[in-house]
Amino acid sequence: MAEFLMPSLGADMEAGTLVEWLVKPGALVKRGDIVAVVETQKGAIEIEVFEEGVVERFLVEPGATVPVGTPLAVIRGEAEPAGEEAAPSPAIAAEPAAPEPVAPEPVSPAPEPPPAPSAATPEHVRISPAARRLAAERDVDLAKVSGTGPGGAIQLADIESLAAPTPASRPAPFDFTQMRAAIAAAMSRSKREIPHYYLWETVELRAASAWVAHANAEQPPDKRLLLGALFVKATAVAARAYPEFNGFFEDGSFRQSAAVHVGLAIALRGGGLAAPAIHDTADLDLDTLMARMRDLVGRVRAGRFRSSEVADPTITVSSLGERGVEALFGVIYPPQVAIVGFGKVVERPWVVDGAIGPRPVATVTLAADHRVSDGHRGALFLAEIGRLLQHPEAL
Amino acid sequence: MSEADIRAVLRDELARLAPEIDFEALDPAVDIREQADLDSMDFLNLVTALHQRLGVDIPDADAASLATLDGAVAYLARKAGAPPSS
Repeated sequence: MAEFLMPSLGADMEAGTLVEWLVKPGALVKRGDIVAVVETQKGAIEIEVFEEGVVERFLVEPGATVPVGTPLAVIRGEAEPAGEEAAPSPAIAAEPAAPEPVAPEPVSPAPEPPPAPSAATPEHVRISPAARRLAAERDVDLAKVSGTGPGGAIQLADIESLAAPTPASRPAPFDFTQMRAAIAAAMSRSKREIPHYYLWETVELRAASAWVAHANAEQPPDKRLLLGALFVKATAVAARAYPEFNGFFEDGSFRQSAAVHVGLAIALRGGGLAAPAIHDTADLDLDTLMARMRDLVGRVRAGRFRSSEVADPTITVSSLGERGVEALFGVIYPPQVAIVGFGKVVERPWVVDGAIGPRPVATVTLAADHRVSDGHRGALFLAEIGRLLQHPEAL
Repeated sequence: MSEADIRAVLRDELARLAPEIDFEALDPAVDIREQADLDSMDFLNLVTALHQRLGVDIPDADAASLATLDGAVAYLARKAGAPPSS
């Protein structure tokens, strides 16, 4: 018998509000299944389960706010007989005095898409093929579905949310006031507690740019790479060789992480950002990494994080892409100890073999925790990232 | 596939990426990425969606042609064999 607990999704989280259960009692769950949605300062986060077994019963009802570590449900191993444990403790219910657990006012920057005139009649429903398939599978009456896609088109998520085991509607993806407060708390703590030092290096990217262009030439758009994927991979591989930049500073000491989970800084439209992890980044080939990055950016911007992604990045990468400025000096996200920044790629005069020629270059920066590492090692770490980017084929 | 159809698809896909922008207010000759605050990933997703919805091959080397609305409509119309607008 195992208890499924309110997870800690970062050092700054003390409590979370259970928004909804995505499983029913009696459901068979396995490691990694998403079983609940919890509202935190970072937004609504999908919570994964780490036990395998049957959901015996819920200990907390949707609407209740409980501290990190509070048992939310009892999960029975498949081999265990049902109902063998001690007297059930009463479920923690939502505050009776609390207002109806309706979805909060949408604060999403997304205005309602204009309704499609054709959406009114089921015969002319605008719906994605995947959504239509799922709707048929689950016997959903399309006439009763209001689509959230462009022009009111019904998307897969609309059917999924409708057909979810509990009828509770999801809250808006982000409460920007809350998110701003969470960023403020984390960044204030970072600047108060972490003695940052900063290094920067200009990295020549002709080989990397040419390699990406070549790799993309024969690929359809959904298989193409961005230079950003190379940046993330190079940082992850370098972090393995320089472990003092990869891990957590907690309770007065540094604990390096064996795994490299790069937190990808993702700006949200309308303000705010999140930096959830891509797990085992250094072990992913570039195509897989790129697919993960696309998936993560898409989900994060739609307000769908997973608990494990939020909880455990070991180092952060902030990459500005084609637009933006030439360099950024990051603020470390505690309890991490380093953040690597990539400015936009620009053409600059560059000296090669005594002659000047135009080259694409980017400024790569490191902000690191001086309690854990020194500038000398930081310089080697940064140089290693630059070196790895000269050999994109090996990434 | 007329230019009006292509424009409608562009409007749809931009609304998906940047829901808050007013499509009609975009300057058709100015880079969409600047006007709609699209990053590299957004723009790649836009190209991906246009490729999938219009069935038009858009080689990576041509993607820059789609940076403005005018450029995108002209490029996609040409590749899709659309009749020129009157």
